[in-house]
Amino acid sequence: MPREGILVPNPYERITDEQVQQIHQASLQILVDPGLICFSKKAAEIFQSNGAEVAAVASADHPHWHIKIPEKLVTEALDNAPKTVKLGARNPDNALIMKGDEPRVYFISGSETNIWLDVDFPTYVKKSDSSIEIKVPEFHPRRATVADLCQSAHVCEHLETLDGYIRTVNIQDEDITEDNKDVNKFFASLNNTTKHFMSGLTKLEQLDNVVRMAELIAGGKEALKENPIISFITCLVKSPLQFVADTTDTFIEVCRRGLPTAVSSSPQAGTTAPIKEAGIMAQINAEVLAGITLGQLVNKETPMLYGSVPVMARMDTLSDSYGSVETSQYNIDCVQMARFYKIPNYSTSGVCDAKIPGQQSSIERLFSDIVVTLSGPQFLHCAYGLLDCNAVFCLLQAVLDDAHFQMIKFFLKTPRINQQELVETMKQIREVVETPQKLYIGYIRQVMRSGEISPPYPFEGDGESDSVFALAYQRMNELLAKPVEHIDPETTAKIFQEIPGLLPRLNVYKEGK
Amino acid sequence: MTEDDIIARLKENVIQGRKTQQDEGIDEKLSGTPGVVELTRLALEKRISLEEIINALTAGMRVVGEKYSSKEYFIPDMLASAEAVGEAMEILKPLLEAANVETKGKFAIATVHGDIHDIGKNIVAILLRGAGYEVNDLGTDVPTEKIIEFIKKESPDYLGLSALLTTTMTEMGVVIEALKDSGLRDRVKVLIGGAAVSDEYAQGIGADAYCVDGFQAIKVLDSFQQAKTS
Ligand code: B12
Repeated sequence: MPREGILVPNPYERITDEQVQQIHQASLQILVDPGLICFSKKAAEIFQSNGAEVAAVASADHPHWHIKIPEKLVTEALDNAPKTVKLGARNPDNALIMKGDEPRVYFISGSETNIWLDVDFPTYVKKSDSSIEIKVPEFHPRRATVADLCQSAHVCEHLETLDGYIRTVNIQDEDITEDNKDVNKFFASLNNTTKHFMSGLTKLEQLDNVVRMAELIAGGKEALKENPIISFITCLVKSPLQFVADTTDTFIEVCRRGLPTAVSSSPQAGTTAPIKEAGIMAQINAEVLAGITLGQLVNKETPMLYGSVPVMARMDTLSDSYGSVETSQYNIDCVQMARFYKIPNYSTSGVCDAKIPGQQSSIERLFSDIVVTLSGPQFLHCAYGLLDCNAVFCLLQAVLDDAHFQMIKFFLKTPRINQQELVETMKQIREVVETPQKLYIGYIRQVMRSGEISPPYPFEGDGESDSVFALAYQRMNELLAKPVEHIDPETTAKIFQEIPGLLPRLNVYKEGK
Repeated sequence: MTEDDIIARLKENVIQGRKTQQDEGIDEKLSGTPGVVELTRLALEKRISLEEIINALTAGMRVVGEKYSSKEYFIPDMLASAEAVGEAMEILKPLLEAANVETKGKFAIATVHGDIHDIGKNIVAILLRGAGYEVNDLGTDVPTEKIIEFIKKESPDYLGLSALLTTTMTEMGVVIEALKDSGLRDRVKVLIGGAAVSDEYAQGIGADAYCVDGFQAIKVLDSFQQAKTS
């Protein structure tokens, strides 16, 4: 049985069918005029041999090609791309099955920030009355490490609403190099969660090591195909309209191996995309279609997600303003485009502009979490713990976000109105109005215990104090104290034998551990 | 059913808050089986002593109190149990009177003139009945004269007044003045409650106590009882 996520009964739609068609047509035109610039020789060759118009552009330092993708190639790719994508998991009950035309939402973390935010609670004494002390949360940013990645995977394993794990932070330990980063981030994550793991790849040369590791865990090549416990994120198109050399090459190799991949594009309205909604939509859709076309040309029917991370630019810093209302609008538009193509959508919500957890972060993230979820994307990533325009990850915030998604999931339960319920409750009504107190209390006690009514906010303190952070912190530590199911000792030993570059300290079975 | 069974079931059904056979309670397994009312009647038929019946009800209620303190139970659970016990006491009342057993006292309660809020008042009434008081609910929007009349006639030990509006809370002061004027003030202790009023307000109008909720009312009444006996 795969995870349930939450099925959105009547997904919210921002744009009309006609507008969807208009965007689709505009994107097809963009793919021909102006077309794309391509810095990957392999991709240029693939497009050329399949009938796209490819012209080399003379350049001294970076050889590149000008590519015009005809409509026919795009339409064929859209036909060939699987409409159902399965993302497997170490625990098969944690698999995700995504159908492009079914608005079932899975909630996923993200997204490789450099900064990890620690929290502690120093005591402050009131100046005018030293008998009064309060504990105030203080947040301390620092460079993230592989230990942090393990911790966050561990907590994410236990967050009830979290359906899949995208590596949260970029590991920057002294002994982590470009060459060993991939194997270590995959192992650290896979060893601490039994949920699906998705990640970008730092170095193409590491792809086969990572895939081999996944095969060892899944139980072989075929088993990994059946149960793809890992998948990849590839931002192969840099906005506006440029196939990047290394990511595109990585993407091609991932597609060749038939592993699932999110074909992601992240244009910023105002800088790397038009500020107008129509413009950014036509462009991002063209960029994703270009990626999907390439992937299907490489390996027909290879599983892929329509990856959309459109954002608005902050006018003061030109950072990605995930907290802005427009960002949610663009994301919902993309959900509709993906559903039009019936390809599962990798969408975005929850990231805030605020630098630390607090009122601003709560408002920004809850807003986008609600509205984007209501539109029914299949794979909602970045949804836990991300702050400061996606530059910072805070585990405490991830625990708070889990509570938000509990509320959203509860809200989306299907209404229970049917003839039987009506008949039963009408009987209640008639009985209660006859009693002196006229209270329905006698009929709520089983319901109260059935999970049918929503629980109060889990981090509510006593009296008039706001203890949300302190209680969420306590919860976070409880989750860290709960064990996780690591990869078994035998497989771990095999992995450490076969896969070069793993840090010995990640082996939980090593003596002294 | 043996006598021991009846007593055990009585206690269990108080804990489950099942007033009658129709009540759903918490545990689905009990649905359709006799509730506190039926069991109390059965106990009387089988000539189980009043003391034993009351002990079973009280023991059940004690467990409910513990579950409430430990947050396993919520207010609706407490109310359901209190209502069940209250109903049982109603059945036992004539027998208790005949046997000359004193109840904890008579408690008259009313929402004052001009005010129709009664959820809080009803909850207080249920809880007090469950705690062993004989409760007379006079209703909502009760004119002062009607309250005075009742007290003259029935001589309750306590009078509870509820008001939720700042415009109707003054009516509580009016009732207390009327009690004085009719020479009844010393015969009845006055408790007030409701969102509009406070401790200070109670003192201002000369009420005997202000209660934030029904649980506090039980405590306050117990303290009055203790003062009486000592
Ligand atoms: C529900 C409600 C209603 C319902 C009442 C339904 C009913 N069957 O009672 C309806 C919709 C009918 C209603 C009507 C009105 N309401 Co109204 N209502 C409320 C509300 C939201 C909740 C009251 C409630 O039931 N609370 C839950 C119970 C369990 O709590 P409780 O009543 O406080 O009782 C507990 C304790 O106070 C204590 N207690 C209470 N009484 C007693 C008595 C004794 C002896 C003891 C020991 C303890 C005790 O124990 C109880 C149990 O724990 C309050 C807001 C609020 N926060 O109080 C407004 C509120 C009381 N209503 C208000 C108003 C203005 C009105 C109306 C005038 C509105 C209108 N313009 O029509 C009318 C009043 C009409 C009238 N003449 O009375 C205002 C009053 C403001 C003010 N001036 O003081 C309030 C405060 C809302 C607001 N903020 O504006 N209301």
